[in-house]
Amino acid sequence: MSETAEHTDHHIDVKQFHPRAQAAIQNPKIRKNFRSAMDGLMSKRKAAFEGWDLETLRDLGANIRMRALANLPDLLEQLEKKLTENGVKVHWAVDGDEACRIVRDICKARDAKTVIKGKSMVSEEMELNHYLQEQDIEALESDLGEYIVQLADETPSHIIMPAIHKNTGEISQLLHDKTGTDLSNDVEYLTASARLQLREKFMNADVGVSGVNFAVAETGTLCLVENEGNGRMTTTVPPCHIAVTGIEKVVPTMEDLTGLLALLTRSATGQHITTYFNMISGPRKAEELDGPEEVHLVLVDNGRSSIYQDDELLDTLRCIRCGACMNHCPVYTRVGGHAYGTTYPGPIGKILMPHLIGLDEGRHLPTASSLCGACGEVCPVKIPIPDLLVRLRQESVDGDKLHPAKVRGHGAKRSTMEAMIWKGWAWMHASPGFYRFGTGAASKLRALQPASAGAWTDYRTAPKLAAKTLHQRMKERGQ
Amino acid sequence: MVDTIRVYPSKPAKVYFYGTCLVDMFYPDAGIAGVELLEREGIEVLFPQNQTCCGQPAYTSGYHDQARSVAKAQLDLFPGDWPIVVPSGSCGGMMRKHYPALFKDTTDEVKAAGIAGRVWELTDFLLNVCHIKLDDLGEPTTVAMHTSCSARREMGVAEVGPKLLGQLKNVNLVEQIRPEECCGFGGTFAVRHPEISGAMVSEKVDTLVEAGTKEFVTTDCGCLMNIAGYAEKNQKPLEGQHILSFLWARTQDKGGQQS
Repeated sequence: MSETAEHTDHHIDVKQFHPRAQAAIQNPKIRKNFRSAMDGLMSKRKAAFEGWDLETLRDLGANIRMRALANLPDLLEQLEKKLTENGVKVHWAVDGDEACRIVRDICKARDAKTVIKGKSMVSEEMELNHYLQEQDIEALESDLGEYIVQLADETPSHIIMPAIHKNTGEISQLLHDKTGTDLSNDVEYLTASARLQLREKFMNADVGVSGVNFAVAETGTLCLVENEGNGRMTTTVPPCHIAVTGIEKVVPTMEDLTGLLALLTRSATGQHITTYFNMISGPRKAEELDGPEEVHLVLVDNGRSSIYQDDELLDTLRCIRCGACMNHCPVYTRVGGHAYGTTYPGPIGKILMPHLIGLDEGRHLPTASSLCGACGEVCPVKIPIPDLLVRLRQESVDGDKLHPAKVRGHGAKRSTMEAMIWKGWAWMHASPGFYRFGTGAASKLRALQPASAGAWTDYRTAPKLAAKTLHQRMKERGQ
Repeated sequence: MVDTIRVYPSKPAKVYFYGTCLVDMFYPDAGIAGVELLEREGIEVLFPQNQTCCGQPAYTSGYHDQARSVAKAQLDLFPGDWPIVVPSGSCGGMMRKHYPALFKDTTDEVKAAGIAGRVWELTDFLLNVCHIKLDDLGEPTTVAMHTSCSARREMGVAEVGPKLLGQLKNVNLVEQIRPEECCGFGGTFAVRHPEISGAMVSEKVDTLVEAGTKEFVTTDCGCLMNIAGYAEKNQKPLEGQHILSFLWARTQDKGGQQS
């Protein structure tokens, strides 16, 4: 959020990553909920791609997204033109606050008091619910996971499965406390109960707000991928539909959808296809019996155009929000989504959020990775996430004022002491004679090696220096 | 990340041996085992005494100028046209995958790219270039394999270790659950985020023990000091060694411990 943020109640201190991560790690329920959920999602994804030439498909996905991004300004103009022809009103928002104001103004113009929402991570980015509440407009989440999270007054812990941190018992208790539903471990019963509560809200809502998975430029079509039918209800039942999305979601043609959709659903939930796939091309026409009278699209920048300026960081914008990177991330699996304190958790959050909140605020995000590469390996559009993490680490410790600042908070993590240590390290390792002397001396003095080595030995013994280095032993062998 | 197609060279007369700094200081036995295995295959091993470190610790920490100055000191160590073998997927990955990017648009760009193309992870080289045939002389034993993330995902050699171990007739190779999951080492990650790294390695040790083995082998000394160090500190019944040490110890004539 910018410094002029109008609403900051739900603002979490991202810098407090360590205490939150530690608390999550020590919470057996959180550990178990995430481990079992992520194990399930990983095996579902694997099964869904069985028999597919996944590498070729990922190449296709990457190429579709790269081509779209290469032509982004033109595609956005084409999208606006087509949507306008279709009767959709297009709005542009430079940040989350402006996007909130646009939604508010549309609601006010219609004298709208209630908003029903389909799942939208961009609206989470905007903190839209909270903003609307301040404007005396009730916003209710209709995606089951989002509904649960909203009842609990929490934020999503996963971009696809917002309430994945809760097990059935916790959800049952929550529904009981907040809505009077009977306690039960029967998922069908709990779902039916939530559905009943939501149905009435759908019928009476003044405005429906949804996200967008893909916006097709050539036809001006907004695509929405979902499983619960709440997306379709949100976008068709209320008299006014407002779609909000990031500017990067545009693709050139309908044909591009096939590859991306095949990748998205399989990567996200291991489904060959979702229960619903909505293609929205405009408001109700004169001869049609249903559908909204008004359709709006709010295109949100919120830092994306600055990512777009850099040839390497640009790859961040390929993301189709499948969540596979978090499902496969050993760090996310241990700490869960809330530890990050950011709208987008996990690997994609670590490379995206620094652009949205700055490297100062997000200082722990790029380092909270072992660079194992699992995220990059499963990414359906081949975002080189580990490389981008390294790039952001470089940006955050870079002290050279001559380097142009590509990311907000450039150099925020630089410490003189750490920089000196690395300089000394580099000098020793760029001087073979001193290196051999130093390592040889360390071996000779190995009896003096301390048993404790900072944080390393909190969990492990220290590695033991050998009596002779490999250099010495090879020299003795005459090599 | 992994090469789509890898073209292996024919077996050369000589190789350059790049030992890595962890092997140099903490696990020289693993380095010597690698040298012995190569020599038994009839390959002359060249060990440039001026080698230090590939530069990876600084690179992954974001100190690219420092990484470049250390990496630059390695570029002149390999004047002949021989392959460069590395007993580590991690350092191998740094040299093969990241040197070209690190030296891009510098005067060393061509030299770095030339070196990157000659770098091989050592077990991959033994299996697919030397076509090594291992004759197991050891007692029956059970072992699990932990392939490092960089060996698996950057160097693409996940199948190599199990294949080599599969040649050993008295070795029962068991597989832990989630073999592809990171052990939590990650270089400076282990000390910057000790609680997360600790949670990762504790689960890795548990899965290895649950697989029914007291011993594991690995491609990388970073994983080794992490996993074995955790097991030792927490008195878990698990010991580890570099796969090269294991292969050499079981196949040399003495049949016992390596020299």
